[in-house]
Amino acid sequence: MGRVLPFTGQEADPGVLLDVDNVTLQYKTESRLVTATYKVDFQVHRGDRFVLLGPSGCGKSSLLKAVAGFIKPVEGVIRLNGTPVTGPGPDRMVVFQEFDQLLPWKTVLQNVLFPLRSRGVLKREAEERARNYIAKVGLDRFRDSYPHTLSGGMKQRVAIARAMATEPEILLMDEPFAALDALTRRRMQEELLQLWDDVRFTVLFVTHSIEEAIIVGNRILVLSPHPGQVKAELNAHAYGHEKSDGFAALENRIHTMLFAEQTAAAQVSKVTRAVRP
Amino acid sequence: MTAYTNTHQPPLVPSVRPEFERDVLDAGVIGDISRPLSLWERLTGNTLARRIFILALLGAAWQLYAMWADNPLMFPTLSETLTTLWTSLVDGQLLQRCLTSLRILLVGYAVGIVAAAVLTMLAVTTRFGNDLLSTLTSMFNPLPAIALLPLALLWFGLGEGSLTFVLVHAVLWPMALNTHSGFMGVSDTLRMAGQNYGLKGLRYVMLILVPAALPSILTGLKIGWAFAWRTLIAAELVFGVSSGAGGIGWFIYENRNQLEIPSVFAGLLMVIIIGLLVESVVFRSIEIYTVRKWGMQR
Repeated sequence: MGRVLPFTGQEADPGVLLDVDNVTLQYKTESRLVTATYKVDFQVHRGDRFVLLGPSGCGKSSLLKAVAGFIKPVEGVIRLNGTPVTGPGPDRMVVFQEFDQLLPWKTVLQNVLFPLRSRGVLKREAEERARNYIAKVGLDRFRDSYPHTLSGGMKQRVAIARAMATEPEILLMDEPFAALDALTRRRMQEELLQLWDDVRFTVLFVTHSIEEAIIVGNRILVLSPHPGQVKAELNAHAYGHEKSDGFAALENRIHTMLFAEQTAAAQVSKVTRAVRP
Repeated sequence: MTAYTNTHQPPLVPSVRPEFERDVLDAGVIGDISRPLSLWERLTGNTLARRIFILALLGAAWQLYAMWADNPLMFPTLSETLTTLWTSLVDGQLLQRCLTSLRILLVGYAVGIVAAAVLTMLAVTTRFGNDLLSTLTSMFNPLPAIALLPLALLWFGLGEGSLTFVLVHAVLWPMALNTHSGFMGVSDTLRMAGQNYGLKGLRYVMLILVPAALPSILTGLKIGWAFAWRTLIAAELVFGVSSGAGGIGWFIYENRNQLEIPSVFAGLLMVIIIGLLVESVVFRSIEIYTVRKWGMQR
C-alpha cells in the first residue's frame, strides 16, 4: 500500500485554501537562534479539519502563529486564497489554549460582538450573528455573564463562538482543549465535530494528542521535533469517537512514527555532538 | 509481633466489590440548599458597615483619651472638634477654603494625568519613548515635589501657577510608572487576541491595553491623588496665601498661629474626610463597576 490513502466518500475537491510553502521559522532567545520548523509545506483544502500533530518542540504552535500572522517566516511563503499572509487579521481567527484570551471587561455577548463591530459589521446583523453562534455553542443562558464567572470549557466555547461569528476564512485552534479536564475535552471535541457538521468551516487544529488528532481531524500532518519537519500526512476522515480496529491501527502507526523519530533524533544529536570538536 | 506475622500473610490484593447504582434524592427532600443570609451575616459582609465600625472605634478612642488628658489647648476632644468643624463649615469659611484647595488640586491632577497618558502611550508604541519614560521616572520620581516649590515660586510667582506646577510633578511620575507597568503586564494571549481582531495603534491601546491594565492604572490614580493632596497641603503650609483666597493648608496654619487648636483639628479632620470620601466613594465605585465586575480584582 502506498503512503497516500485514497480520498473516499466525498464529492469534488473544493480546492486549496491555505498554502504553506516551504516555511522555515526561527525565533531568538537570549543567547541563541532556534529553528522551530524547517522547510515545512502542506496545503489545507476548503472544509478540511486539518491537524498539526507532533511532540512538543516540533514547532506546531509556531506554524499556527505564523499562519495567524504573529510570526514572519524567514524562508517560504504562507498564502491564504493565493494572497501572502503579512500580519494578523480577522480572516484567520485564533482560538488559543489559554483561558485568558477573552476580554475580562466584556460579557459573553460583548466579547463575541466586539470583533464584529470593530470590523464594521452593522449593529443589528452583528448582534444576530453573535446570538446565533452563542446559541450554537450552547451558552444562551450565559450571554450576559462575565468571563471570570464561567468554567474553563465554557470560556473555550465563547472563544470558539467569537471566532466563528466573524466567519473567518479559516479557524485556527492552538491546543484549545489541552487545559480542560478529560470529560470536558471529550465533550468539546464532540461539539466541535457537531458544529463542523452544521456549518462546514475550515479549521487548522494543533494538538499533541494522537487520539485527539484522529478524532478531530480528517487529515493529519505529522511533524518531527527539533526542528519541525513534515514526517507524514495521513487521512483520518473515517474515524470519530468510536474506537474501531482502524482507529487503533492508525493510532499505533502514528505512535511508532513519532517514537522512531524521537530515538533517531536523539542518536543524531549524539553523533553531531561527538563529531564537533 | 504483629509486624512479624504480617510478613507471613499473602500479598495484599484489593477485593473485587459488587457495583451498584443509586437514585439521587430530589432537591426538595434535602431542604435547606440555599437560604437568605441573616441580618448579622449581611452586616458583617458589608464593607461600608465594617468601615463605619472601625471609624466609630477610632472616634471613641480619641474622645476617651482627650477627656482623660483634659488639655483642650494641646488635644481637644472629638466632640469639640466636630462642633468647631460644623460652625466653620456653616459660616462658609472652611468650605470656601476647601473649594479653593480642591479646584487647584483638580487642575493639577488633570494636567498630571494627561501628561502621564501621553508619556506612557509614547512608551508603549516606541522604543525611544520607553527609554525616555524610564529615564525621566527614575530621575524625577524620587524628587519630592515640595523641594521644587522654591524654584516654582521664582518661575511662576506667588500663586496658583507654582502650586499647579508642583502638583503636576507630584502626580505625573507615579501615575506614569504605574500605567506603564500595567501595560507591560498585559498577557501575550490578550495582545494577540486584540491584534487578531485587526486593531492597530491608538484603537489597540484604548480598546485592549487600557482596560487590561486598568487595575494598575487605578492604583496609579490613587497614589497620584494622595501625592497631590499631600503636596498641596504642604505647599500651602509653606507659602500660604495667594491673593486673599488661601486653601485648607493655610486655614490650618492660620489657626495654629492664633492658638485656635480645635480649628486646627477641624482643618485636619476635613483633610481626612475628603480623603476618605474620594477613596471610598469615587475610587471604590470605579473599582466596583470595572475591575471587580470583570473579575480582575477581588
